[in-house]
Amino acid sequence: MSNGTPLLEIRNVSKFFGSVIALQDVSAFVRAGEVTCLLGDNGAGKSTLIKVLSGVHKPSEGEYFFDGEQQEFESPRQALEMGIATVYQDLAMIPLMSVWRNFFLGSEPTKGWGPFRRYDSEFAKATTKSEMAKMGIDIRDPDQTVGTLSGGERQSVAIARAVYFGAKVLILDEPTAALGVKQAGVVLKYILQARNRGIGVIFITHNPHHAYPVADHFVILRRGTVYGDYTKAELPLEQLVQMMAGGADLEVLQHELEQASQEGGAEAEALAETADAIGSELEELGEKADEEA
Amino acid sequence: MATETAPPSPAPPQADERIRQVSGLSRLMARPELGAVVGAILVWVFFAIVAFENNFVSWATTAAILNRAAPLGILAIAVALLMIGGEFDLSIGSIVGFAGMTIMVLVTPADAGGFGWSLWPAILVALVVALVTGFFNGFLVISTKLPSFIITLATLFIFRGLTIALTRARTNRTQLGNLDEVEGFALADALFASQWEVFGARFRVAILWWIGLAAIATWILLRTRQGNWIFGSGGDANSARNVGVPVNRVKIALFMTTAFAAFLVAVIQAVQFTGADTLRGFQQEFEAIIAVVVGGTLLTGGYGSAIGAFFGALIFAMVQQGIIITGVDGDWFQVFVGGVLVIAVIFNNYIRQKAAAR
Repeated sequence: MSNGTPLLEIRNVSKFFGSVIALQDVSAFVRAGEVTCLLGDNGAGKSTLIKVLSGVHKPSEGEYFFDGEQQEFESPRQALEMGIATVYQDLAMIPLMSVWRNFFLGSEPTKGWGPFRRYDSEFAKATTKSEMAKMGIDIRDPDQTVGTLSGGERQSVAIARAVYFGAKVLILDEPTAALGVKQAGVVLKYILQARNRGIGVIFITHNPHHAYPVADHFVILRRGTVYGDYTKAELPLEQLVQMMAGGADLEVLQHELEQASQEGGAEAEALAETADAIGSELEELGEKADEEA
Repeated sequence: MATETAPPSPAPPQADERIRQVSGLSRLMARPELGAVVGAILVWVFFAIVAFENNFVSWATTAAILNRAAPLGILAIAVALLMIGGEFDLSIGSIVGFAGMTIMVLVTPADAGGFGWSLWPAILVALVVALVTGFFNGFLVISTKLPSFIITLATLFIFRGLTIALTRARTNRTQLGNLDEVEGFALADALFASQWEVFGARFRVAILWWIGLAAIATWILLRTRQGNWIFGSGGDANSARNVGVPVNRVKIALFMTTAFAAFLVAVIQAVQFTGADTLRGFQQEFEAIIAVVVGGTLLTGGYGSAIGAFFGALIFAMVQQGIIITGVDGDWFQVFVGGVLVIAVIFNNYIRQKAAAR
């Protein structure tokens, strides 16, 4: 694992809304070509942290470094221009528009001049197709509307778009939250693809099983503070799961799950198998990437 | 009918089993304006049969339909752009009245309560006034974050009230005429109200404005970045903002576009009738919205076309002319318009679902 300087780092960041302390003394970083996973249950402060990272909120206290230099962003646009791209869970795409129109929305390529300056649709269609292919997605038809894509595919288009437009850091807000097991696996694969292209990925999730196969580094949030900060080597999956849920909560949960699986029997087993298969595929991908790096 | 052309044999695992040959027909079905084009043909055929005896299929009737459709279509095309951008403008009829009266008050001789200007400076001022009202609409919608339906419902009354109050205060009248005696009328007449005789029927130049605007609007929507921004702003303003679309600027520009269309219609009508009335443009906002919706544009934004609005206006005019020449009691016209609106929207939704299901 490389020990280079962090690409993006926050130090001792706090964020207050009136009397509410949303974040207190949070530090985290991501290096180029690594995945930092921000984990936390509902209400842990994940959303606020994303907004601080993407430039929507200014931190009340603490420092923000990008590429070794201290930054203060006035708007998310500014952060985006520096190469910090955020993909939001449901605000990523416009369903009624075609894939290629979505892909270039806000940064449309043009050709011609003066009153004849026009949207270069051939270039946009071809690029959309080839960029998606680089992420390993064979897009059916760039003319189809995003509304006809599955949730995982939509996230993948959004990730491919951010990568294409020169993102150095990719902030992903729960990209797997609303997805089924297979779809989530697909998105995780693209996270690794982005990492392998040298992008620093900040992956926000509440699911340790999604986090573990792709992350190099874990930051666990709880009630607005950093509850734990580990590299993958220091932290086995079981411990991560335990930390996420908290011991007592977990026992209850496990009990409930056991009951449910007894009722659901075969179906649950099949699901677990699929999950395992995807997990090992992802690990392989990760190892391959490590070898390359 | 489109048929399955993919062979039923199992595809090799690497091939994409989700792709399928789609026929040209179903690609066409996915266009938003298809319903309006088919609808226009159906309505024409209907009246061609029902009103054949009354000369529906004739140059004179065709000219009457197109002359009626042109000003409505000019408004509808601008309204379509705005509605695709996710907003509503109920005030355009009032802006038509306001811009028309601005011209007339400015050119009316001083002894009749006007300012005695020549025509072209007055037209220029009316243009500026219209653009300001459009900007005002857009600015209010953006800054208050209220639905544009409410804001422009308010400005519908405000602009109409201003038109009546200011005109009456200055000239003590609600109708002003004699525009043809004003300096500069000849050029304006040639540009906005001239006619061509084709096979004995008179076609007005407004038809060319209507076709030209439809072409420009279509070009902007489908072939420019601004067009992409319009679809984005209407489809999901938040997402569009997140990727850097200047949504507020787009929306204000669209409100100014509808105001510009209202100005153009005001000039065309003022020159054509050599005068204006404080009630000019009354309820035209509704006719324009009907034309747009019949043309397949979604009321909720993000989907639609200028060509659809073009044909929507054509349908509206055909129904109107058809009823007039069939000799059906004119009192029934509004009943038919309402009926056509409902049928057209149901038909459009049906087509859209069909297209999506393929």
